[in-house]
Amino acid sequence: MSSQRIFRKDFNSTTKIRNKVLTLLSVIVLLGFLFYADRNLDAYSVRILQNIAIFIILAVSYNLINGIMGQFSLAPNAFLAIGAYTSAIFTLSPEEKLRSFIIEPMIWPLSQISLPFSLSLLIAGIVTAFVALLMAAPVFRVRGDYLAIVTLGFGEVVQVLANNLVSLTNGSLGLKGLYPFTNLWWAWGVCIFTVFCTVRLVNSSYGRAMKAVREDEMAAEAMGINAFRIKTFTFAFSAFFQGVAGGLLAHLITTISPSLFTFMFTFNLLIIIVIGGLGSITGSILAAILITWGGEALRVFEEPSTFFGFHYEGIPGMRMVIFSAILIVVMIFARGGIMGRYEFTWDGLFHWFKRKLLILGI
Amino acid sequence: MDLLLDIRALSVLFGGVRALDGLNLEIIKGEIIGLIGPNGAGKTTAFNAITGRIKPSSGSVFFRGQDITGLAPFRIARKGIARTFQNIKLYEDLSVIENVMIAAHSSISYSFMEAILGMGRFRRDESRIRSKALELLELMDLKDLALERANSLPYGSQRKLEIARALALDPQLLLLDEPVAGMNPTETREFGNFLLKLRDNLSIGVGVIDHDMSFVMEVCDKIRVIDHGIPIAWGTASQIRNDKKVIGAYLGTDFDRTQNHNATN
Repeated sequence: MSSQRIFRKDFNSTTKIRNKVLTLLSVIVLLGFLFYADRNLDAYSVRILQNIAIFIILAVSYNLINGIMGQFSLAPNAFLAIGAYTSAIFTLSPEEKLRSFIIEPMIWPLSQISLPFSLSLLIAGIVTAFVALLMAAPVFRVRGDYLAIVTLGFGEVVQVLANNLVSLTNGSLGLKGLYPFTNLWWAWGVCIFTVFCTVRLVNSSYGRAMKAVREDEMAAEAMGINAFRIKTFTFAFSAFFQGVAGGLLAHLITTISPSLFTFMFTFNLLIIIVIGGLGSITGSILAAILITWGGEALRVFEEPSTFFGFHYEGIPGMRMVIFSAILIVVMIFARGGIMGRYEFTWDGLFHWFKRKLLILGI
Repeated sequence: MDLLLDIRALSVLFGGVRALDGLNLEIIKGEIIGLIGPNGAGKTTAFNAITGRIKPSSGSVFFRGQDITGLAPFRIARKGIARTFQNIKLYEDLSVIENVMIAAHSSISYSFMEAILGMGRFRRDESRIRSKALELLELMDLKDLALERANSLPYGSQRKLEIARALALDPQLLLLDEPVAGMNPTETREFGNFLLKLRDNLSIGVGVIDHDMSFVMEVCDKIRVIDHGIPIAWGTASQIRNDKKVIGAYLGTDFDRTQNHNATN
């Protein structure tokens, strides 16, 4: 039986070492590519690469809640906002704060503090995770559609707070003049770290408990799993990385305001994780790359061009039309998303390769 | 005698309906106790009340001398009461071995940091859980299917998987809700023998609900019969078989109907 063969392989230590070496090699190849990109690619391409990294962080951590644990949360824009504001408040210099807070001066200790970027990212993550912990108690009293509504409301609350806590966030004027700390290395470094932590967690007993809660909460509790606790913990874990991603995003675009963190942000992330396949980390990564890069690539259709002697004026907004069409096609023909719930594994790749070779008769 | 489960006057009210009315039941270590009764008698309600799924309206449940009445289901499970469900509740989209490994979650000693670093207690615990899961799958004849998805299994194997999962919890008391439903007579007999072996080897207590009378009479040391939530009989298989009230509850007699009526008032 094929399942038996794979099973035995699972315990084979040489394949385990082979897989580890391959994973390490691919990370080195990725770093090599980034090194090349950093030196040779134009600013526009580098910017896309940075966006891709940030969206991978967001998609992977969001997928942990919605896909792997099966709790329909709509809160990432709130976490992103909290992370972005927290890190921005800590990196801005006192002079810059004095200059931009024109409606109300910033409250005292914060107005004088200025920390290095790395520390501000860490604080952003911790603060966001802490907020998620506090949120979990009311939020996880409900399930399914009700959970979606409650978390959606939370996103709105954060936006309203950002608009009205003027002495902390500078209100609707937002925070300007952030130093563009986020470079390729920061973005991809955090991205690799996030994916690493998430994959390890999902492959542990904690990950299995999350999946059990998704599959059947009643059966999970009957098997001794504290569903509320694992939900709270995962929510905070995911919020930590979303907060850090918020910090990265803030220092990439250098200006943040409440209007940046509307529900549309959550909506885009939701599209990414659904297209990738709810519950698949590989799928979230692929979809984050495809949609971030594809969104830029489709701009071709908005520019004037000539095909086969046929002149096309270019229609603004055309890329969104094509994007929507692609979404519809994917949802019709691959309802589970690109990857479904499957993950990329080296064993799977070799297995697939062998089958292809067999078919070709080599 | 090791008294495992001691239920005293357990009652469950759903609005105005008395789903369970004054149930007394004792399960001793190494005993298989049957809980039978016509449809809607409150058998599953009793299991749900014991395992914390529903809060009893009155009465109490003691497990190894500890009052566990109304505790959260996961706490009761961790104390050593594992159950299966009448309508099989597996983690359908996960592999067979994952299903079993999940039940060992409460036994892990590693923190999530150790899980991420993949060191120390993580490796030890994971290999322990994995080999234990494989052992249980072997016990239930499911080892070859370890990597299949749970919902791709045939019905009988799904029932077996549910029991393997329950055993992964290292329970002292195993509650089986209609374990042989949908099995043919040969499978039922095999399962009965398996259950007897399990009781003797692990020296655990077992509670069984089933409608298959020959199976229940065969394996159970003592049987409790309930009807309309009210306990009507208690005894060995032969005692139960000849009990007038039990026959009445299943087949219906005038005598029985008046008795029940008086009891509910």
